[in-house]
Amino acid sequence: MARITMREAISQALWEEMEHDPNVFIMGEEVGLWGGTYAVTKGFYDHFGAKRVRDTPIAEAAIIGSAIGAALTGLRPIAELMTINFAFSAMDHIVNEAAKFRYMFGGQFTIPMVIRTVGGGGRQLGATHSQTPDAVFAHFPGLIVVSPGTPEDAKGLLKSAIRSDDPVLFIENATLYQVRGEVPEGEYTIPLGKSKIQRPGKDVTIVTYSKMLEISYKAADQLAKSGIEAEIVDLRSLRPLDMQPVIESFKKTNRAVIVEEGWKSYGVGSEVATRIYENAFDYVDAPVKRVAQKEVPLPYNQQLEQMALPQVDDVIQAVKEVL
Amino acid sequence: MEKQEYLDLYYQMVLIRLVEERAAQLYQQGKIGGFLHLYIGQEAVSTGLISVRKPQDRIITAYRDHGAALNCGIPAKEVMAELLGKATGCSKGKGGSMHMLDVEKNFWGGHAIVGAHLPIAAGLALGDLYQENDSVTICMFGDGATNIGYFHEALNLSKIWNLPILWVCENNQYGMGTAVEKASAVSEIRQKAEGYGIPNRRVDGMNVLEVRKNAGEVIDKIRSGEGPFFLEIITYRFRGHSMGDPERYRQADEIKKWQENDPIGILRNVLIGEKIVTEAELDVIDAQVEDEVQAAVQFAESSPDPEPEALFENVYAGEYTDG
Repeated sequence: MARITMREAISQALWEEMEHDPNVFIMGEEVGLWGGTYAVTKGFYDHFGAKRVRDTPIAEAAIIGSAIGAALTGLRPIAELMTINFAFSAMDHIVNEAAKFRYMFGGQFTIPMVIRTVGGGGRQLGATHSQTPDAVFAHFPGLIVVSPGTPEDAKGLLKSAIRSDDPVLFIENATLYQVRGEVPEGEYTIPLGKSKIQRPGKDVTIVTYSKMLEISYKAADQLAKSGIEAEIVDLRSLRPLDMQPVIESFKKTNRAVIVEEGWKSYGVGSEVATRIYENAFDYVDAPVKRVAQKEVPLPYNQQLEQMALPQVDDVIQAVKEVL
Repeated sequence: MEKQEYLDLYYQMVLIRLVEERAAQLYQQGKIGGFLHLYIGQEAVSTGLISVRKPQDRIITAYRDHGAALNCGIPAKEVMAELLGKATGCSKGKGGSMHMLDVEKNFWGGHAIVGAHLPIAAGLALGDLYQENDSVTICMFGDGATNIGYFHEALNLSKIWNLPILWVCENNQYGMGTAVEKASAVSEIRQKAEGYGIPNRRVDGMNVLEVRKNAGEVIDKIRSGEGPFFLEIITYRFRGHSMGDPERYRQADEIKKWQENDPIGILRNVLIGEKIVTEAELDVIDAQVEDEVQAAVQFAESSPDPEPEALFENVYAGEYTDG
């Protein structure tokens, strides 16, 4: 095992898949000469050249739309949206075209494309640049929505996403790029649409993903000091949503807290909680709790912004309420 | 041009006309659901364009797509079956009038979000450029599509990447019920291409031979690596925007004036006047098309609906479990 950052893990996945398949190419704003806004594609332009690392205009609909078209010709584009907040400018192409074409045209082709993008708040970027609208995209059948929380998962899932014949929205979190984790040496992939138990426990099930995995770990560590063992299930993919590990865990703990960075209303927590009630109602010992962002656009001011985002104490508090 | 080529142009235009006249009847009988946008009056545009494409050239258009579908070689019976939502339709009954597509015929749809297929068309051309094919993508759209952002993003991208694409604006004078001069800052649409440095022409779209001649010339330029070209083709739809259009936005005498310029009549007069064919030969084609369309309707009406299992087919290419 090697200990590398999330940035390095994602970069390795891209590099390996570019080496592995000449039909894989990257396109997006500042992915080439600049080396990627978050330096994920640093060095790619010099190695792979301008043909395979394509700098685009600031034109999100053109980026995603042309990636769809290129995918229809059999290529495997990795289209980068600088942040998920800019995905709204390409919303039509993501949800109306990429997600629907295969079905609507009777399965005549595949759409092997990845949209890599970055979400999350906490960096004082203000309301337009700090969103976590993952649930919005997970609403649409036909899309695969992945959002990893560890370097190991990021690398393995991204490699699977690039090899997948379906359109994958791959959502990274900017505050996780420096986080380090163990990553297996050599070639490996992780299947899309599979949740994973990241921390075993017996007293309460915490369901989470992406940045909130880090928050949930910290909460679990503190809870452990008072003898409460939380089991953390990392969804990793929001669509397809693999509830099996969640349900199995819940049947053991009978209590659940769902932690997400996005807003609570109509969110990931709403979906997971409902599925718990639908599939394990007889095992419920306490109402499922949701920890999520306050229902406000994220403010710039640091104190206000942190008040709006889910914190470790919020998770601990929620766990204590369900116990 | 060989005599058979003239006859084929005539055949295709009559085929489109009759398929759509029958479709209008079937719509009024309630056998076709949803929206039905007829191409009647515009037949010379797609017929002329597609008559000069090579098999490797890709065709993509908007929702008024029956004409292009037939020109690309989708059999009338499969077009009719799609209109009736049958399993034997070109999109297996899942697309309908606005979403016809056939990969085998290199016909890439059939797109119902105005302008959204332009970036996708750019991507098709990007795919061919990347793979160093000598294919050209021919992308058709209406005058209304030139006012939406996608148009501008796609034209810009095509120029900066020197994509092998022919942009074809079918200027039929109205975007739904809004006249060009009310919706577009310039009523001569080709000026917009000028703004992106894309060479362009304005062509009479009621004369299939004019369309064919111009398309042939500019497709050769594109194939030789000169980059995108833009054709504004002046045409007129004789029917409403879709079935059930009250047509308050135009006067009957305007329609009458254009109908005197019927593209089928114009070709007929040229062919007979220049003694290329006899009237009797054209009458034979008329009769053949009558039979073909009748057979297509029978095929469509006797075809099965999609099986219930088809409901869940082709949402994804891969196998996933959600639940």
